[in-house]
Amino acid sequence: MSETILTIALGYAQIALALAGCLVGTRILRGPRAQDRVLALDSLYVSIMLLFLVTGMQLGTAFFFEAAMIISIIGFVSSVALAKFLFRGEVIE
Amino acid sequence: MSRLFPHPVLSVALVFLWLMLTRFSLGYLILGTALSLVAGWAYSALHSAKPRIRRWSAIPRLIGTLFLDIIRSNVAVTRLLLTEGRSGRQSAFIRVPLQITSGNSLAVLAIILTATPGTAWVEYETETGILTLHIFDASETDHYHDVIRNTYEPMLMEIFE
Amino acid sequence: MSPLAAVPLAVAIPVAFFVVLGATLTLIGALGFARLTSFYDRLHAPTLATSWGTGSTIIASALMFSFIDGRVILHEFVIGFCIVLTTPVTLMMLGRAALMRDRAEGSDALPEDMRHNRDPAADTHARD
Repeated sequence: MSETILTIALGYAQIALALAGCLVGTRILRGPRAQDRVLALDSLYVSIMLLFLVTGMQLGTAFFFEAAMIISIIGFVSSVALAKFLFRGEVIE
Repeated sequence: MSRLFPHPVLSVALVFLWLMLTRFSLGYLILGTALSLVAGWAYSALHSAKPRIRRWSAIPRLIGTLFLDIIRSNVAVTRLLLTEGRSGRQSAFIRVPLQITSGNSLAVLAIILTATPGTAWVEYETETGILTLHIFDASETDHYHDVIRNTYEPMLMEIFE
Repeated sequence: MSPLAAVPLAVAIPVAFFVVLGATLTLIGALGFARLTSFYDRLHAPTLATSWGTGSTIIASALMFSFIDGRVILHEFVIGFCIVLTTPVTLMMLGRAALMRDRAEGSDALPEDMRHNRDPAADTHARD
């Protein structure tokens, strides 16, 4: 019984998070400005990080947790670096 | 004592982080404590100004208020996003004069306002102390003025200033 | 036997609830992000995913692994801590970068009284 509930809930969450990643991905492609793309990349990192956590729960392993943590840290560093780059005002669009 | 532990809060937080990421054991406790001491010295070499917390007792109250506020604004923003295009929602920039001036309390206020859906920190003018916020729902302007002036600012002043 | 079957029903229901809540909030945030028309509006959409979207997923994960392993597991909250502290920094920097770029171009995304910079110190500080 509990296996059925969890399988359905985790399957739904995986589909929803993958869809969220796709929606955010369209914003990376559409833009229109560089700051939109950077913000979209940052939210893509968060969606994929949550997808990794949910997949780890479904498979019952703790290995995905470490990947999720590294994604969250690297995502922060890269977004801040890109935002800092936008401050310089030398972006080619 | 303060030469050995230049940033006691940071060091204790790092030990907790180390123990959360590994299993609790005496070996990890010793290793984590040693690492957090080194990190404390490294941090004091980078950034010598030390945050002074005057009242610890106000911190749980701040966290509780923030928690409830995040739930409330999550519900509000979710509703607005789902009815987007039909509800006639408009966003706005608002300007809030702030009384707090210290860097630490401004940093905490920035985290609070940005972590709460519905408000985004855009600009702070150091000379006039006026904060420019972007809010998602312009009809809640008075609510945000009220929350910042009467809830968060007094608490932050109590903690830091 | 799948590890999911080892979870008692009383734990499975809250875990399922939190997972579904977190994924739904993230999806709504992403939907808004794709549909909203101005950049400053879009700045609000990811906070749904980073506040309760992340929060309820890590609560569910911590709850489930604590029961599977038979000990209290809190390391998921490190992710929550990271996200809560780092997202404001990213969003503030992006907001200020967008403001600076819009001002440089005189964009009509800004209201009239915000098009010029009142605080020259902030601009030089941002360029350090």
